[in-house]
Amino acid sequence: MRLANPIPPRIVSMIQVAPMALIFTTMVLLPLGLIFVVSFLDYDFARVFPELYLGSWEDVLTSQLTRDLYAKTFKFVAIVWAVTALLGFCIAYFLAFHVRTMTVRLMLLATVAIPFWTSGPIRAVSWVPLLGREGLVNQALMGLGITSEPLSWLMYSEFAVLIAYVHLLTLPMIVCMVNSMGKIPPSVIQAAQDAGASEWQIIRDIILPLIRPGIAIGTIFVVTAVMGDAFIVKQMSGGQVNTATMAIVTELNAFMYPPAAAKSVVMLVIVLALVGVLLRFADIRKELQR
Amino acid sequence: MKDIKRKTTSAAGATKLSRRSLLKTGAAAAAASAFPAPMLWAQNIKDITITHIGQSYSTIPNIAEQANADLGFTVDMQTVPDNTAHINRLLTQPQTVDVTDVPNTNMKYFVGRGVLMPLNVADYKYWDKTVPLFTKGEYASGEKASLQGYAPIKAQYYTDETGSEYSLEPTEWLVGVPLYYNADTLGIRPDLIGRPIESWAELLNPEFSGRVALQDGVNVGVPDAAMALEAMGEVSYVDKGNMTRDEIDATVDKLIEYKRDGHFRSFWANFDQSVQLMASGEVVLQSMWSPAVTEVRTRGIECKYNGMKEGYRGWYIMMMGMNHLEGLQRDCAIEYMNWYNSGWAGAFISRQGFYNSVPDNVKGYMTENEYGYWYEGKEASEDILNPFGKVMEKAGVVRDGGSLWDRMGNIGIWNTLMDEDRYLVRRWQDFIAA
Repeated sequence: MRLANPIPPRIVSMIQVAPMALIFTTMVLLPLGLIFVVSFLDYDFARVFPELYLGSWEDVLTSQLTRDLYAKTFKFVAIVWAVTALLGFCIAYFLAFHVRTMTVRLMLLATVAIPFWTSGPIRAVSWVPLLGREGLVNQALMGLGITSEPLSWLMYSEFAVLIAYVHLLTLPMIVCMVNSMGKIPPSVIQAAQDAGASEWQIIRDIILPLIRPGIAIGTIFVVTAVMGDAFIVKQMSGGQVNTATMAIVTELNAFMYPPAAAKSVVMLVIVLALVGVLLRFADIRKELQR
Repeated sequence: MKDIKRKTTSAAGATKLSRRSLLKTGAAAAAASAFPAPMLWAQNIKDITITHIGQSYSTIPNIAEQANADLGFTVDMQTVPDNTAHINRLLTQPQTVDVTDVPNTNMKYFVGRGVLMPLNVADYKYWDKTVPLFTKGEYASGEKASLQGYAPIKAQYYTDETGSEYSLEPTEWLVGVPLYYNADTLGIRPDLIGRPIESWAELLNPEFSGRVALQDGVNVGVPDAAMALEAMGEVSYVDKGNMTRDEIDATVDKLIEYKRDGHFRSFWANFDQSVQLMASGEVVLQSMWSPAVTEVRTRGIECKYNGMKEGYRGWYIMMMGMNHLEGLQRDCAIEYMNWYNSGWAGAFISRQGFYNSVPDNVKGYMTENEYGYWYEGKEASEDILNPFGKVMEKAGVVRDGGSLWDRMGNIGIWNTLMDEDRYLVRRWQDFIAA
């Protein structure tokens, strides 16, 4: 038996997306709109006045501070991406092509994740006995006669921030790449080997092009994590390095919402643009289907 | 410790007993209806809960336990996760809180907001016994206390019962009940420095380049730096606790020079970080809190905390009720604030190295040795224990800086929130980015 008057498919789809659309509108779009409006308002001592004030935007768009903040942020993004991509690829390649059994592969992957069983603050504190002036690294360097006095730039420095980022973000890079590598049919590699290709040729001409989506998704992880972080940068630099997100946090802690809102809007636009570009290299829907 | 416990239980027992025996008689009930406040009757108040949100060192479970034992209503204590969350909650959801306590650096956020309850001086039992820093803005000697920074007298009285403006002159409307205060100074590693440190100028002495830390943020870090810059003669101020834009520029520009030279090892944002920096030897000189210095010492590491010739950096914590309170709930909140300064809690917190605003009340809840050590600058005759019974200092030790008024009577600047905060935070961003 068929319904006499079936609901048109267009309406059915709209009803199906309605709950998500409602949540997205009320929880994401409206608050974002509010943030945008607040960025144009005047403020003072934890208060926002309904008066037009363009100073926050003028500062964000023209000041040396903004240039410094983004220069620092992008420097971190570039270095962390390069290091995690290289490390991630090497480890993923080893796991996918040199480790033969799935059990060992999963065990090794789990080993990489061990440091993440503890909380962020504890990990941040634990760097001091390692990298501090009296830390293990300095003791080892001096014990071996490589340095005569402790290196102070190991901790509370940009170097320390980079170390912590690499430590944190290599794992997602590995996981994304291992996942992509796992989808390469072994027969393709075998065919190349039979045709006499060297290992390097296989990596360059087969593996790298085929894991491009994995690299892109790993990159999105790394880029958004570094750009959105204020905690690691504060802990590891001892509060002495300012990044675009750090500046937003500082203003929120001082209850200065309009400049924080203006900075957030700029940050959002930049991150969305970066993710948009990166997604051209990976079709996430296709990745999830396979 | 034993001594004190006995005192408290007997005091608590006495109040309960008198309440109960009074309630048995019908006359008491009649009296209760005739004079509802300020007498609080157990049968009416037993279902009332007072929510107190505050600092980690004023909302300790032991204090809540004692409050619930002494008072006829329930006290629900919550420690705030951080200052930002705390102030946001008070400003945006004041009805979820009954009583709170906040550091002086926040007092300006409440002006004209109508969230805090003005307290009539007649409702607070201990105003006459409160130290003159709060009641009159004076030291015990009668000398006017420093007004640089957010001095106690700047946020102690309202002009009238509407509570819309603070008054520098005493009125009958209190902003709140002052709880704790202290005089902070530089923590010093004498073993790594090897000579006396007596001036804030040392904080910026190139001799300690790369071995000093600042406290993060504009409310404390900037006053500390200003003490140093003024002591060195690098920058002169009219009021370094409330700088003009030019003074802010001069200060931040100087600090940027020092930062670029690698002068600062780190900026610390909380108790643990300051302890870690000092205990690990990363830093030999930094502005610290008294309990953090004690914590370093309990790890067996020498750490001095003597006053500087330019004076200490003072701060205080104020407790207040929220404006939505009414009826019995309001009476209970006021009763609770009175209880908090009646001695037991004050003694508990004094053992962490802070001062209570009614030392006379605290005295009865501390041993002579404890009160002598913490308040009177006397040599400890026996070991000094912290509130949880752990040995903090050995017998024979004298508190760094001496007695209450040797320390609190010599304030160079108070923690602050400047009128030009907006400009200062913007320039602080430049400093961190440099």
